[in-house]
Amino acid sequence: MIQINNLNKSFGEQLVLQNITTTFYDGQCNLIIGKSGSGKSVMMKCLVGLMRIDCGEILYDNRNFWQLPKLQQKDTKKDIGMLFQGGALFDSLTIEENVLFPLNMFSKMNISEKKERVNFCLQRVNLTNANNKYPSEISGGMKKRVALARAIVLNPKYLFCDEPNSGLDPQTSIVIDELIRELTYEFKMTTIVNTHDMNSVMEMGDNVLYLHQGKKHWQGSNKEILHSNNEELEDFIFASKFLKELKKTTF
Amino acid sequence: MNSFVRFGQYLIMLGSLFSKSEKRSMYWHETLRQMNDIGVGSLPIVAIIATFIGAVTALQTGYQMLSSFVPKYYVGFIVRDSMLLELGPTICSLILAGKVGSNIATELGTMRISEQIDALDVMGINSRAYLIRPKLIAALIVIPMLIIIGVFLGCYGGYLACSISGFMTPSEFTRGLREFFEPYNVYIMLVKSLVFAFIMTTVSCFHGYYASGGALEIGKASTAAVVQSCICIIISDYLLATILL
Repeated sequence: MIQINNLNKSFGEQLVLQNITTTFYDGQCNLIIGKSGSGKSVMMKCLVGLMRIDCGEILYDNRNFWQLPKLQQKDTKKDIGMLFQGGALFDSLTIEENVLFPLNMFSKMNISEKKERVNFCLQRVNLTNANNKYPSEISGGMKKRVALARAIVLNPKYLFCDEPNSGLDPQTSIVIDELIRELTYEFKMTTIVNTHDMNSVMEMGDNVLYLHQGKKHWQGSNKEILHSNNEELEDFIFASKFLKELKKTTF
Repeated sequence: MNSFVRFGQYLIMLGSLFSKSEKRSMYWHETLRQMNDIGVGSLPIVAIIATFIGAVTALQTGYQMLSSFVPKYYVGFIVRDSMLLELGPTICSLILAGKVGSNIATELGTMRISEQIDALDVMGINSRAYLIRPKLIAALIVIPMLIIIGVFLGCYGGYLACSISGFMTPSEFTRGLREFFEPYNVYIMLVKSLVFAFIMTTVSCFHGYYASGGALEIGKASTAAVVQSCICIIISDYLLATILL
């Protein structure tokens, strides 16, 4: 479980995150949604330790991440897997080597155990016969799946996904969403997904946090979101004229 | 003010290189890969340039001595010492700053904007140490080797040029190469090689690692890496000459 208390982050004079307090639960897909510039990415970077926070607390299973000694922060990071927007695969390594990389760095397994684990993860994301290809030789959807395999290879407790569907067609997006959801339930991870794709929200939003101008405006499940009375959230969900008309006729 | 901040960042980057490795074997593997990239990859250009610099130095020295009473074999001696003291380490380093420096800055800059460096940080890996230390160690081992090869090839280039032009006999040139040899000059060459290798690698890594933005900024970072490396090499060349000679 990840708890956030009064999280604040600013760049110079500009307040990007203001007094965010929320909880992300185990074994659930927790989504952070909001318009571009609402502070989603900054919040995720603060959560994984890529950006320092100004004030507040981020508690990983009741351990305050930013007050932990450096060594313990590193240990906490070993429990984190992250899927980056563009995959962030290492160009000079093959697909297999990319997934193997965290194991080589941190695990004490022997070579055959490592290979077995890599193949298991690659099969789990439905990627076979691509082990020896380089990232430049595979499609965007495949890159995301390799990145997902790399993110779960060390059995993380927490999985972070930064806009997992960006640059993907709707069908591949659904495949990636389903994979994230399945892996979350299967490995009982605390998954946090940063997105502005409403398909993803409806597909896997067990717990949805809506950010607007750096503030928490709404939190609930995907079942509740369509019936919320929050004006900004409604504008965000029913952004197009078509959806606005549909809302009038359906709800 | 900005320059002071950047210099501070550079010093912090250097400090972080000495942190404990997550896994030594991975760092060693990366160092070997970098030795291959920097060393083997740069051998042809260093060989070509050093050979021709030696050849041109021999011909021009010979041309200036045509009407003087200085013995011809002095050309060999001048080529050898010029290559050892200045042309070998400095010119080779300037060329390597262009090739290796831009390579390093572009590689790290691309890793930065494609979030590969963030991926390392999230895994709990000290990205500065993992990406920069192997490059630095590789450069400190391989660049002096390249420069030694360059000096030998420069002398050989001079030998070939004198032989082909018929200005002097090969034995006269060889005699020049052997006369008045000062081992201290080799020491100066090695010190210069190490200092220049350190400068070009760390300056290029700094510009690449702290690159931000997009493709345009990577280009700028690469150019800045080469330009600043060259300037630092030239200035340190002067300082080393003042201190060592």
